[in-house]
Amino acid sequence: MAITAMPSGDGQELTIHIQGRFDFSAHQEFRDAYERVSTTPKRYVVDLKGATYLDSSALGMLLLLRDHAGGDHARISLVNCNPDVRKILSISNFEQLFQIG
Amino acid sequence: MSGRLSILIAEDSAADRMLLSTIVSRQGHRVLTASNGLEAVALFEQERPQLVLMDALMPVMDGFEASRRIKESAGEQLVPIIFLTSLTENEALVRCLEVGDDFLAKPYNQIILQAKISAMDRLRRLQQVVLQQRDLIAKHNEHLLTEQRVAKAVFDKVAHSGCLSAANIRYLQSPFALFNGDLLLAAFKPSGGMHVLLGDFTGHGLPAAIGAMPLAEVFYGMTAKGFSMAEILREMNAKLKRILPVGVFCCATMLNLSFQRRVVEVWNGGLPDGHLLRVASGERVPLVSRHLPLGVLEPTAFNEAYEVHPLLPGDRIFLLSDGVLETHGASGQLFGEERLLEVFAAGHSPERLFDEIQAALAAFRGEAQDDISMIELSMVEDGLLARPALAFSDSGQSSPLDWSVSFEFRAEALKRFNPLPFLLQLLMEVRGLRAQGGALYTVMAELYSNALEHGVLGLDSRLKSDAQGFARYYRERGQRLQALSEGFVRFSLDVVPEAGGGGCLRIRVEDSGKGFDVARALDRPQDKECLSGRGMRLIRQLTHHCQWSPDGRGAQVEFRWPA
Repeated sequence: MAITAMPSGDGQELTIHIQGRFDFSAHQEFRDAYERVSTTPKRYVVDLKGATYLDSSALGMLLLLRDHAGGDHARISLVNCNPDVRKILSISNFEQLFQIG
Repeated sequence: MSGRLSILIAEDSAADRMLLSTIVSRQGHRVLTASNGLEAVALFEQERPQLVLMDALMPVMDGFEASRRIKESAGEQLVPIIFLTSLTENEALVRCLEVGDDFLAKPYNQIILQAKISAMDRLRRLQQVVLQQRDLIAKHNEHLLTEQRVAKAVFDKVAHSGCLSAANIRYLQSPFALFNGDLLLAAFKPSGGMHVLLGDFTGHGLPAAIGAMPLAEVFYGMTAKGFSMAEILREMNAKLKRILPVGVFCCATMLNLSFQRRVVEVWNGGLPDGHLLRVASGERVPLVSRHLPLGVLEPTAFNEAYEVHPLLPGDRIFLLSDGVLETHGASGQLFGEERLLEVFAAGHSPERLFDEIQAALAAFRGEAQDDISMIELSMVEDGLLARPALAFSDSGQSSPLDWSVSFEFRAEALKRFNPLPFLLQLLMEVRGLRAQGGALYTVMAELYSNALEHGVLGLDSRLKSDAQGFARYYRERGQRLQALSEGFVRFSLDVVPEAGGGGCLRIRVEDSGKGFDVARALDRPQDKECLSGRGMRLIRQLTHHCQWSPDGRGAQVEFRWPA
């Protein structure tokens, strides 16, 4: 499990890359990724290209990010989801809360 | 420098023994001495020294055998044994390390001896700490399991106060499912019918279990009071949203099964597809997740829209937690949806499917299943299931016996308020009516839905002649209700005591609809397999007297009770 956060040049956007299994063991690392940044991004991108698996705890963590980013006003997109990950997101109907690409 | 130790010296040469004793006691330790292995073992058992200096070659019993016995007697405690040896071949030294912990070559070097005693003492203390921690963990774990047992016993009282044991239900759930976050609830509605909920909280352990209790309370409490599935879902979502931290939620599927109307209402938020199997055609209808899980959305954003499916006796519904699909095989792959669908497609007879799914999971996994929840519900003829009488928490002594009241619910109220629980709570204050509570709930529900759907909303029940029309009917119902701007349903309740002790309740229901041809509706032949037209027949069966007003805009029914 490796999570890295990369702010855009203008600091408006923060991209969080997830590698490997995205489950409860990633809890602290994922929080650190968006809490320990010096910028205050307006938009978040969670890049799931390297995520092989995602469980309900990961869904919970995404909700925590959403809360951190302003709840209903948050702008978060989940990108590069593989079919398995996309399926889990769609069963939970997370497209109602996140932009899924 | 380590503290004072009690050290056993086993050495057959008196001179060496004396020399060692002097060195060791000068270093501040307490010394015990033995002149052969047997003495050493006896002294060890008597005095329990913390460290042993052991000559390898001794008469009576050599150092190797004595060490084995001492180690055995010491058990889990580490009693370091340092061999004293003039042996030099590798083999002999290896043997010293196999039985003991270190060796010191003769002649003795005082400084090295002291260093080795300190090093061995560190090792001994480390082992002690490890053992203490292990025991502590074991104690904590035992404590945790005890707590879980108690919590589970309390929870079972709440969660299993329902009807999971009803004849039309089969289910599979690990005894500790609660701590996997799985939840299975089922309860009879006062009007007959059944509410069922399969839930799966995020995470594991206590955080997953903690939300289950309030959810079960809402489910059972509101079901018993006659609230509808939509209202219960709304309340459960609001409650979980209020009490759970962000990121903890409950994926759930809820069913409202009506045996009288032969329909099932389905709401799925975040669980894998449920499956409805039609026994006649073999058709499988997926019950798809259309919503966010419970506890995610604010109450104002929550969507309780459900799907309605007609059912015939013998039709089955399967709900599964994602533990089923995520069951791991021997080589790490997941059981997955495709394998499940293969079981459905294999053409087993419906009554064997539950076993077949279980068998497929067991074969795939090769061991017991402990983190999956699965339930199968069958549609049965109305009245076949034995169900308990309604439970009341008060004594019923304050029974009011001579009163009447009238309510009119207009468009804005009809849109968002279900008056039935409210009216029924009121009527259940009358002690004499409690025995027929179930029938009263059923009749009130039928009268109200007739007045609302056929009267105010002007829906034609003939639409429900097949499965497609059925879906259209309920879609249309939702749309017309949303668009409703005028109309009313009026209830007049009249409770009067009768001479000799009993009493009578008259219920009059009127609506603002166009009315219907009463004579024709009552004459219509009742097709057993028909998806509509059960309401009026039911009302006639369950009341002591019933009468439709000639213009079809109202009905009056009577319930009587004896002294």
